[in-house]
Amino acid sequence: MRYHPLSEADRKAMLATIGVESVEALYADAPASTLLRTPLDLPRHKSELEVDRIFSRLSQRNMAAGRVPFFVGAGAYKHHVPASVDHLIQRSEFLTSYTPYQPEISQGTLQYLFEFQTQVALLTGMEVANASMYDGSTATAEAVLMAHRLTRRRKALLSGGLHPHYAEVVRTISRLAEDEVADMAPDALGDEDIISRIDESVSCVAVQTPDFFGNLRDLTKIAEACHRNGALLIAVFTEAVSLGLLTPPGAMGADIVVGEGQSIGNALNFGGPYVGLFATRHEFLRQTPGRLAGESRDADGRRAYVLTLSTREQHIRRDKATSNICTNSGLCALAFTIHLTLLGEAGLTRLARLNHANAVALAQMLEKAPKVEVLNKSFFNEFTLRVTGDAAALVEKMAAKGVLAGVPVSRLLPGAGMDDLLIVASTEVNTDEDRAAFVAALEGSL
Amino acid sequence: MSGLKYSKDHEYLRIEGEVAVVGITDYAQAQLGDIVFVDLPTIGKKVTKGGELAVIESVKAASEVYAPVAGEVVEVNAELGEKPALVNEAPLSGGWLVKLRLENPAEIETLMDEAAYDGFLKTL
Amino acid sequence: MLDRPAKIEGPDEAPATFTGNRALDQEEPLLFEIGRLDATGVDVDAAPQVEKRLGGLERKEAIGLPGLTEPETMRHYVRLSRKNYSIDAGLYPLGSCTMKHNPRINEKVARFEGFADAHPLAPQSTVPGALELMETLAHWLMTLTGMHAVALSPKAGAHGELCGMMAIKSAIAAKGEGASRNVVLIPQSAHGTNPATAALLGFSVRVVPAAEDGTVCAQAVREALGPEVAAIMLTNPNTCGLFEREIVEIAQAVHDAGAYFYCDGANFNAIAGVARPADFGVDAMHINLHKTFSTPHGGGGPGAGPVVLSERLAPFAPVPFLRRDGERLEIVEHAEGTESFGRMTAFHGQMGMFVRALAYMLAHGGDGVAQASKDAVLSANYVRASLRDVMTQPFGDRACMHEVLFDDAWLKGRGVSTLDFAKAMIDEGYHPMTMYFPLVVHGAMLIEPTESESKASLDLFIATLRNLAQAAKEGDAKRFTQAPRYAPRKRVDETLAARKPVLRWSAA
Repeated sequence: MRYHPLSEADRKAMLATIGVESVEALYADAPASTLLRTPLDLPRHKSELEVDRIFSRLSQRNMAAGRVPFFVGAGAYKHHVPASVDHLIQRSEFLTSYTPYQPEISQGTLQYLFEFQTQVALLTGMEVANASMYDGSTATAEAVLMAHRLTRRRKALLSGGLHPHYAEVVRTISRLAEDEVADMAPDALGDEDIISRIDESVSCVAVQTPDFFGNLRDLTKIAEACHRNGALLIAVFTEAVSLGLLTPPGAMGADIVVGEGQSIGNALNFGGPYVGLFATRHEFLRQTPGRLAGESRDADGRRAYVLTLSTREQHIRRDKATSNICTNSGLCALAFTIHLTLLGEAGLTRLARLNHANAVALAQMLEKAPKVEVLNKSFFNEFTLRVTGDAAALVEKMAAKGVLAGVPVSRLLPGAGMDDLLIVASTEVNTDEDRAAFVAALEGSL
Repeated sequence: MSGLKYSKDHEYLRIEGEVAVVGITDYAQAQLGDIVFVDLPTIGKKVTKGGELAVIESVKAASEVYAPVAGEVVEVNAELGEKPALVNEAPLSGGWLVKLRLENPAEIETLMDEAAYDGFLKTL
Repeated sequence: MLDRPAKIEGPDEAPATFTGNRALDQEEPLLFEIGRLDATGVDVDAAPQVEKRLGGLERKEAIGLPGLTEPETMRHYVRLSRKNYSIDAGLYPLGSCTMKHNPRINEKVARFEGFADAHPLAPQSTVPGALELMETLAHWLMTLTGMHAVALSPKAGAHGELCGMMAIKSAIAAKGEGASRNVVLIPQSAHGTNPATAALLGFSVRVVPAAEDGTVCAQAVREALGPEVAAIMLTNPNTCGLFEREIVEIAQAVHDAGAYFYCDGANFNAIAGVARPADFGVDAMHINLHKTFSTPHGGGGPGAGPVVLSERLAPFAPVPFLRRDGERLEIVEHAEGTESFGRMTAFHGQMGMFVRALAYMLAHGGDGVAQASKDAVLSANYVRASLRDVMTQPFGDRACMHEVLFDDAWLKGRGVSTLDFAKAMIDEGYHPMTMYFPLVVHGAMLIEPTESESKASLDLFIATLRNLAQAAKEGDAKRFTQAPRYAPRKRVDETLAARKPVLRWSAA
């Protein structure tokens, strides 16, 4: 077959060199009971044309975001990614290389990771960033574990505005690692009193801004309360583009900043792969999870980059490592870095303004529409709508009219008494026609 | 004779009154290679004999330093934060790790003197 | 044949260039040294005038993010790319990493809009093709492993390990043994992720010694077992490249002791389509889609680490999971009302990797997957047989699986270390093999050629290693200790990097 260069003649010659009769003889160590006697019940190999056809048919059965007026967010956002980004990440040298353990022949990867770390640190307003985590949710869980190590406490306090999936990921690992989690109730209005819950038993407080419901939160006072009590503030975001317009968490006193980087450079991909961003203070470096690319010199004295502080990691520290993470999100981090390089400060700022303006324009239209209410006092490119009746049913009805309207809160928080809430996102991809289609489909469905 | 006491884990002890200065031997630093970081305990920490006292990191390894005797940490070598290489360059002087207030001075007698340690090294 | 120069001379006499470039090997500054705050490669439409609703939280200070126009961006990253080795450019013999060919049809179909442009929280009714794709992938993974269920959502191998061990911890807790079973057995030769994962969940690690032949013997496991043991984490084929001969007895002993068998599936490429982990007695095993099923390594990810589970662990699988009820296929997203241990990640897992892996599976078919495993094993043994007279094997000359392990006994007294030998391979145009792993073998060199190499490619690789081995034995130590000479960089000072970490650019 097309992927296997060895011919039957090659195989025979190789067996002769090895000195065995058949490949089966090479499996002699395997107990006979473990070797298959008959082939598995799986289809035979297919031509590339057939494979293409099968996936094309499957793909066409999904409603792609770009085909319809699209307002779905809640942790993953549709943005325009320049064509050059996807071209560059498909270069063989980026796509088909391994983790850069051999710095002499991996300077390409190492230098872009160094650039990525710098960009993430600048965006979040923090001193250092790592070379990526799997996604925003696992980055949040890693931040909680890191805070436990730093404070030697084992209780995390989670804001009610934290993305429910992120909160669930933290709860799952905490329960199984026998750590404690204190939850605030889901907080659609962004006005919870989390400060009164912070005391000296708390290791860290995780607060998201813009939060799950779209509200913007000033973290300054929460940070002060954390620090008074010897706790750390973990600031979370799911929409990285917002950092182009908003005060960075670092400037509000955050100790660890984690978030989802999908918005910049990466497609929706039905949920993954994405790229977790992780930034913190220099003093916490030794407890940071994940890979770090650092600057050094080669034997000729030329500047070179290399993975560093590896003694934190599992391949050296084993059961005392700061995390078990090995593979991270290298190529997604590259896409993030290239897209952000293309944007630059000027482009990112304009993009963030356009996102905000489109969301405000939609909110203004909806404020004039009957039977719905915009809940947010502040937001970036996403807000929560209270609708008459069941939001999930409404979304289905609007989808049948060819509009993907948003995420019903009940999809993530069933039984929270929020069945009438709909989270609506609007990015630069939305046009006046999209907004008009949204309002028309809404009015026809309520 | 130097008056130092040695453990089989290649730590040395220099007794200064009720306090013992603890570090690693020249043999140990050579085995570890270039030291890049020393994780020192907090002052006031009480350690038992054989308990973890510090962690010394080279580029590719992290090695625990075990307390050769029981005691309380009264001082750590803060200079190692900036200059971990001191452990390589001057393990017996500027590269010391911690000062312990001895809990049981009699424990010192369980350690080797220089001659015994030199003999021990020859067996490795 | 290679076009070798008639006379081989080093570049020592060559003048340094004014640019620092060496023809196609071009120096490239950092983005921050060439970018400008006002430059951009994206023309963004002007925002309509609206009243802002930012609640007074608008950014007050500049970010300091330089930008580049599109042509400058292309050049910057293309130049960087050329400083990397890649599978597409050469044999990548990293043991334990399975650096096989990454078919480009996989990349194409993963970008089809129904997958790449589908939102994870779009109504399930609008994405039936995505759900069917996940179900088909699950079917293949369960069939290839013989296992009862599969959790698709783990993001990479280590995340898969965490998933499997969380399922085991949950199953133990469900039996009321949560407080008493808190030890995990792990052989010394294991990947570092295994003990790190066990420790993360509060287990203490008990190391199982390896037998003299590089495998784990059932008797050693029996002796390490007890009522406090929760599980064993074992890699099979193991990290020494050997099939664990007593795997069935080990599994039996583990089960008899009331513990679970977690199998690290990193080396599945030796046995996919040839042997099924279910038949070893495995309870949970992650599958690195980026190893066995050819999704690109991407310079360190993204990967994907679905976990297959035995019948007794299946109920504890994380959400989300797929449920079929006749014609109706749905993703169950909430653990309430089930025994699921909860959620490990936002959304549904690495869909982009699922598409690629399934494309590999369909292209290969059951027949091609088995052929790939056999060719991988054949190629590793061919390398072994062709080097056995010049390099030494720690466990004697015996058949290996898809990777062959050498030690450094043959280098003793030559003034050349495993590291030096590996760096000399770079000068010859090869990525080094995995070095100093597994830890149980002195100066380990673990070579995994994969099934993607032609015989001619293997022969050239073998001839190169033989030449290097000869040079080492003849005392040409300088060739090694000063290598690499011809790479974009010479050896990098890792001590400097670690003593004074510089992890980001800063304005001088």
